[in-house]
Amino acid sequence: MSDYLIAALLIVGGLFIFVGSLGLAKLPDFYTRLHAPTKATTLGIGAVLLASVAVTAARDGTLSIHEIVISLFLFITAPVSANMLAKAALHKKVPMCDNTRNQDLKAHMAHQKAPDSE
Amino acid sequence: MLSGNIVDTALVITAGLVVLALLMNVWRMVQGPSLTDRILALDTLYINSIALIILLGIYNGSALYFEGALLIAMLGFVSTAALSKYMLRGDIIE
Amino acid sequence: MSKVFHKLLPMPVHSLMLLVVWLLLNGFSVGQLVLGLFLAWLIPFLTFPFADHQSKAGKPFKVLMYFLRLVKDIILSNIEVALRVLYRNRSLQPGIVAFPLSIRADFPLTVLASSVSLTPGTVSVEFSDDRCWLYIHVLHLKDEQQLISEIRQRYEQPLREIFSC
Repeated sequence: MSDYLIAALLIVGGLFIFVGSLGLAKLPDFYTRLHAPTKATTLGIGAVLLASVAVTAARDGTLSIHEIVISLFLFITAPVSANMLAKAALHKKVPMCDNTRNQDLKAHMAHQKAPDSE
Repeated sequence: MLSGNIVDTALVITAGLVVLALLMNVWRMVQGPSLTDRILALDTLYINSIALIILLGIYNGSALYFEGALLIAMLGFVSTAALSKYMLRGDIIE
Repeated sequence: MSKVFHKLLPMPVHSLMLLVVWLLLNGFSVGQLVLGLFLAWLIPFLTFPFADHQSKAGKPFKVLMYFLRLVKDIILSNIEVALRVLYRNRSLQPGIVAFPLSIRADFPLTVLASSVSLTPGTVSVEFSDDRCWLYIHVLHLKDEQQLISEIRQRYEQPLREIFSC
């Protein structure tokens, strides 16, 4: 029974990691590309780590904490690095794809101004 | 190793998916077009290699690999932060 | 008495957390317990003067509820984004949304921005310098007002209750 659970967690994790990188490879501009790896990949690696916890639990009957520490660390740092990269991209004026809505907010955003100010 | 080869098969399939993901990351890193894209690809490369190390750890039934995975996770985050900081300010330490 | 206690053990919660993580990482034994107790005392004692004293989280039950909801949201909406990456690539409609904030303190804002970034489809990009607006990049923007009220109701409101601000 636990074998099926571990296998399912592994496959789901692998699929999410794959989709994250697929998004990185094929989405149209940098800002949309940012979405795929920071989230799908983080969730995927969370599933793989959970599978690893389950393997240790099934083999030794102990709860291994290292994996949980790694996934907590990744879940805390992923949004921070995404935010820093988005800021850097805004600062470097990396272009957005043309059909982005509310593109006029971009200048306000880059200068940290409120959207209603001049 | 665990009994039953379901886990082994799943490990091989997952490793294959992760390797494909790594290849796509490399493609994006070479392709660019902007520097931030390359940094993002590098960051994803880090995270995917953590996944690969953990899969190896499960396959070999050894807990030693996790120390390495934890180190890579920390180094990956710090280097991404440093690179974005550099792009923002042109300087890493203010 | 309490002053002396505060001087000796300035951050009791941090000390406890350090001890627990130390024991989890190194395994339980008497030697590790002694070393862990020593480090759990020493590190907060030395770093207390540098700490930036933020608003404190109260209500542990609400924190737990928030955490569980976040996990559920991350999983559900990740599936949605995965499908979007795989299939509906052409009809993608990205957009920027300015989210009007009603919390001001640093730490709750950080938690809010991180939650927004972790739930797929949205990445928080930048604050306005008066801290009234949070700019969010959305992968697929359907209804701006609905997104704003959703974030407000699901994340901002519970955070205001947790940090009581």
